Amino acid sequence: MQADFGRFTHAVIRAAPDSLAAQALRSGPAELQVDMEAVRREEEQYVSVLEKTLGLRVVRLEADEELPDCVFVEDPAVVCGNTALITRPGAPSRRKETEALKTALANLDLNIVEMTDESATLDGGDVLFTGREFFVGLSKRTNRRGAEILADTFQDYAVSTVPVLGTLHLKSFCSMAGPGLIAIGSSEAAQKALKTMQQMSDHKYDKLTVPDDLAANCIYMNLPDKGHVLLHCTPEQFPESAKVFEKLKDHMLIPVPNDEKRKVDGCLTCCSVLINKPSKLILTTSLAQISISREGLSTSTMTCSTHQQLGC
Amino acid sequence: MTTEVGSEPEVKKEPEKSSEEAQAEQQQQLAEQPAEPSESEPSAAAEPQPTPTDSTKPDNTDQQENAEAEPSSPPPSSGQKKEKGISRFLPPWLKRQKSHSQVEPKESSSPTDTPNQTLTEKQEEEEKEEEEAEAAEEQVGKAPEEAEKRQEEAGPKEEGEAVSPVVEQPAETKEVKAEVKEEVKAEEVQAENNSVGSVETQPAKEEKEGTSAEKKGEKGGEEVQESSVLSPLKLGKKMKIVVCHVTLLDGTQFPCEVEKRAKGQYLFFKVCEHLNLLEKDYFGLSFKDNADQRCWLDPTKEIKRQIRNSQWQFAFNVKFYPPDPSQLTEDITRYLLCLQLRQDVSSGRLPCSFVTHALLGSYTLQAELGDYDPEEQRLDSIADFQFAPSQTKELEEKVVELHKSHRGMTPAQADVQFLENAKKLSMYGVDLHHAKDSEGVDIMLGVCANGLLIYKDRLRINRFAWPKILKISYKRSNFYIKIRPGEAEQFESTVGFKLPNHRAAKRVWKVCVEHHTFFRLTNPEQPTKSKFLTLGSKFRYSGRTQAQTRQASTLIDRPAPYFERTSSKRISRSLDGAPVISVSDHGHMLDSARTPGSGENGHDPALELSSDSKSPQVEEEAEPGKGAVAGAVPAELPFETGTDGADSSETKSKLRVQGENIYVRHSNLMLESAEDKLNSEINGQPEVIEVVEETVVIEEVVKAAKPKSSAPEVSVTVASSATEEVPEVKEEEEKSASSDSESEEEAEFHPQSPSDSAHHIQEEPEEEQEQSQKAPPTNAEPQQDAEPETTDKVEAVVNQQKEEDEKTPGEETVVAPEDAPNGHHVQDGEEALTSLGAVAEEEEELEPCVVNGDASHAETERVPQVICCSEPPVVKTEMVTISDTFAAQKTEIATKEVPIVHTETKTITYEAAQLDGTGDGEPGVLMTAQTITSESLCTTTTTHITKTLKGGLSETRIEKRIVITGDSDIDHDQALAQAIKEAKEQHPDMSVTRVVVHKETELAEDDD
Repeated sequence: MQADFGRFTHAVIRAAPDSLAAQALRSGPAELQVDMEAVRREEEQYVSVLEKTLGLRVVRLEADEELPDCVFVEDPAVVCGNTALITRPGAPSRRKETEALKTALANLDLNIVEMTDESATLDGGDVLFTGREFFVGLSKRTNRRGAEILADTFQDYAVSTVPVLGTLHLKSFCSMAGPGLIAIGSSEAAQKALKTMQQMSDHKYDKLTVPDDLAANCIYMNLPDKGHVLLHCTPEQFPESAKVFEKLKDHMLIPVPNDEKRKVDGCLTCCSVLINKPSKLILTTSLAQISISREGLSTSTMTCSTHQQLGC
Repeated sequence: MTTEVGSEPEVKKEPEKSSEEAQAEQQQQLAEQPAEPSESEPSAAAEPQPTPTDSTKPDNTDQQENAEAEPSSPPPSSGQKKEKGISRFLPPWLKRQKSHSQVEPKESSSPTDTPNQTLTEKQEEEEKEEEEAEAAEEQVGKAPEEAEKRQEEAGPKEEGEAVSPVVEQPAETKEVKAEVKEEVKAEEVQAENNSVGSVETQPAKEEKEGTSAEKKGEKGGEEVQESSVLSPLKLGKKMKIVVCHVTLLDGTQFPCEVEKRAKGQYLFFKVCEHLNLLEKDYFGLSFKDNADQRCWLDPTKEIKRQIRNSQWQFAFNVKFYPPDPSQLTEDITRYLLCLQLRQDVSSGRLPCSFVTHALLGSYTLQAELGDYDPEEQRLDSIADFQFAPSQTKELEEKVVELHKSHRGMTPAQADVQFLENAKKLSMYGVDLHHAKDSEGVDIMLGVCANGLLIYKDRLRINRFAWPKILKISYKRSNFYIKIRPGEAEQFESTVGFKLPNHRAAKRVWKVCVEHHTFFRLTNPEQPTKSKFLTLGSKFRYSGRTQAQTRQASTLIDRPAPYFERTSSKRISRSLDGAPVISVSDHGHMLDSARTPGSGENGHDPALELSSDSKSPQVEEEAEPGKGAVAGAVPAELPFETGTDGADSSETKSKLRVQGENIYVRHSNLMLESAEDKLNSEINGQPEVIEVVEETVVIEEVVKAAKPKSSAPEVSVTVASSATEEVPEVKEEEEKSASSDSESEEEAEFHPQSPSDSAHHIQEEPEEEQEQSQKAPPTNAEPQQDAEPETTDKVEAVVNQQKEEDEKTPGEETVVAPEDAPNGHHVQDGEEALTSLGAVAEEEEELEPCVVNGDASHAETERVPQVICCSEPPVVKTEMVTISDTFAAQKTEIATKEVPIVHTETKTITYEAAQLDGTGDGEPGVLMTAQTITSESLCTTTTTHITKTLKGGLSETRIEKRIVITGDSDIDHDQALAQAIKEAKEQHPDMSVTRVVVHKETELAEDDD
């Protein structure tokens, strides 16, 4: 369960519609102008990192002008293992974003679970998976019922709730920066949430505190030939926080610009759904591999062969 | 007996020795005489029952037995008996004292004692078997108490002794021996520790305790050995045999014949023997109570008494799920854990995802069937396996698919993999209990290795790790945990949960205590931890901690035992057939096991066990030492039983005296306990009371320590006073009562971190509650203390009318320290300190008391006031007045055993004499007066505050009238104690001068 934390093979992204500039939901001042050209540039860079630098298979979804926030694919789906929970986003205007995503994830042979309860709301941005457990922020977008359904969906893991006050999402100020390493903002709300998480967990987490809350949203991956990979804010955007990331010696650090989308509350993690699913069979055996590897050469070979057969 | 007791504590020691010798002789004689004697001794010790042998034997033997019992446990029985009658009315501390006194007399003058004992025995005989059983338990508990420090260690041992004669296996006896020896050493160590660590405490006490402990230990050792010799003989004797049916983890039934009065551990060991299981500390026997709730069989108690009217049907289960199963030493242990987990998974208790179901199922198949064989294994045969609560064809296909990938894996390896995946599940090893939060919302309490988890639906909404928990307690159907203040917080907070009923609350509490002890107290070097485990109630986890069992497991040196897997039974095919051998240990184990022969390694395991036991024991011993150092807090129980008699008695007495002071609450508690007795069990066990006290103490220990330090010294000097002795006696009685009271409604448990020695010490006292409380309470100035305390009167009127016990009035008069404790101030000069101490003592702030006790016995100020115990005859109204002055001369009223009367009204008044004199005597000028009324679930509190000017001093007097209404399950004592505690917390600068408890109780004969 933990060994492959950060292991991803696929990424689902969605193009930004032009309507984003004017109609996307935002917690900041409405008069803030969003430069769609800049958004597109950031998007290209983002995809380029995932696809070319990291070698992930990127699934691109078409933009939908009716859904100004559709670029933020993290919120309509939570994927863990080979199960995808299609959420019920807290913002009514975003509910339909799930449709395209559901189709795309189903095409990846993920086990689809839909949140049909009308009383439940859940944004993926409120879901922090640490590799060992889930923390679900109870925010304006996510309620307890949504968290319960998530807990029912991923029964192997503990699901703890964390009150989120003052920010849009739980992951607006935190994210995983490594196995057992939580990147956390410096704000009072962020620190309080971290304490809550630490208290609720049976596991010990290290924390990486960055001066800027938004900078604490980064993307960690553990890729076979890359090792620890971290996509984080650029020095231009958050110079002080970038310095903190730059102190991580074991990580392959990739600054990714996100200045424009930040205006509409977009973070790095918001723009993709990461999936570890080379093939259905491999996923199911992932748990078993640990044990197999101990057995000896013969079995490990077998595993390899399996990989090859399924190889994507 | 009381008079005797009061007369001379010192004498006691010698008598004990003599008694010991006598015992030894007797034992020898008994040994020579195979059956009867042996039985008689053990039986006597373990159980007050009138065994035929006893009757046949001359009185002398009985006496001797009693004498013997003293060190181990028998003496308590007598005390208990007395307690039964009196205890109801008397406060716990008084009871304790009595018990001490009783013990002492026994030791000193066997003849005098004998009659009493005989009487008591007769009474007991008259009592129902259950009652007897309870008494036996009580005795056992007392015995450990006597051992004091040993208790913790010895406690089990002693129990083992008592039990062993009747039931235990030879192996056990061996263990016991080893333990005893260790104990002796440990005692010495403890003594040293005490002297060093508990300078504050009381050198004299330490010495006494140490010596006593040593003596006891020696005695115990002798006894144990003898018992061991005798035990086999004993086994066969006259006892009634009952057939227990134990459902094993593979679903098979294991019928086991046990003596009707056998303790839980006898059956458990029999089952483990049958299973050839050495790492048995992770397991336990469970049974369904009348409400169909699963309960754990307490190994230290009689089976019969625990299952009550239920059938002798048990299940062998994993009790403590090892967080890292790979650290288990033997494959057979892992196999059994796998079986348990398969049950948990298939029943839905351990929820997991589809993928995990499939994976676990595939390992199950690999372990049970070996390599995938397309010819033999078809889906339809797979359907025989239950992998998930709702098993689909898809799941079975997935299981088979995964099974194919496990080729070459031995059963043991498959088990390892199974466990590696199962242990990661979030609900692994989480024991869930339904509850409601303070707002009445349905939640689940999950007790696990790391602490307490709170779930709402499936969401974890809170978590309290063991280190964060200062205290665990329960009152009636409420379960409380006290949380250590966080970095930014100044005060501890208490979180309460509402359980469906009192039994459920107690069950959660017990599970918490056990889990905390087992998992949290990992450091073998600090046996104190185990002590910490001790609860307010007598209950404590008596087994080994995980650390200890791991250590013990390292000593396992036997060829891997052969065991059959369920599949082999089912399929009649040897799983091992697969290329298992090559794998490694596991395979070898199987093979080797076969060769050696089926398995009874009985001897080997036994040896191992003994060795194991030793190591753990040593640790335990150390703990006792700490306890002694701490202020005998931990030792309290042990002291009560063994030590009390002689050495420890003095020290204890001091402590107890203090405790008495403290224990206005206790008196309240006692009342409650009395109620409980009436209500719950025929025997009317006072035990409940103790629990309450304990709770109180625990909480404040830490805080109290500060003030204590100053006061303690003074107190020490005082402690020696005669008055102290008396209180001790009372305390003993109380203790005994408390010990009995497992049925208690309330109990507290203060988890202590193993590492914090200092804390531990404090905590220990707290835990031990009564003792610590008693001791510490004494203010620096004994005289002063004594005076005020003496004034304290306990009036108990018990009216039994309704099932619901109503503790009507608890009036606490809090006198400003300045005003009230004139005497104290004068002598001490340290008014603040004294006041603090006094407050602490009087009130539930046992913590301070404890601290004080450890640090300063000086606080002994109070002499236990409660002297008179009137047993309510049938429809009686009892007025019990306890005054310190009288305390020396205890008057015991014959206990009433027959609860014919339906209604009891009991009024107990506790007041500090000095305070009263000052406060009441001087008419002051009324400054202000106000009355506040507040209500909660079952209590109505009316606070009346008056401020008066007296001779230039302003006096603030607060009277609280607390009406507690509820059914029998309500812990009145706790409620009262809580009220007192709150009062003190609200007015830290005031002291409790008077407590009047008026109880109207309807006697209910029904058990809990």
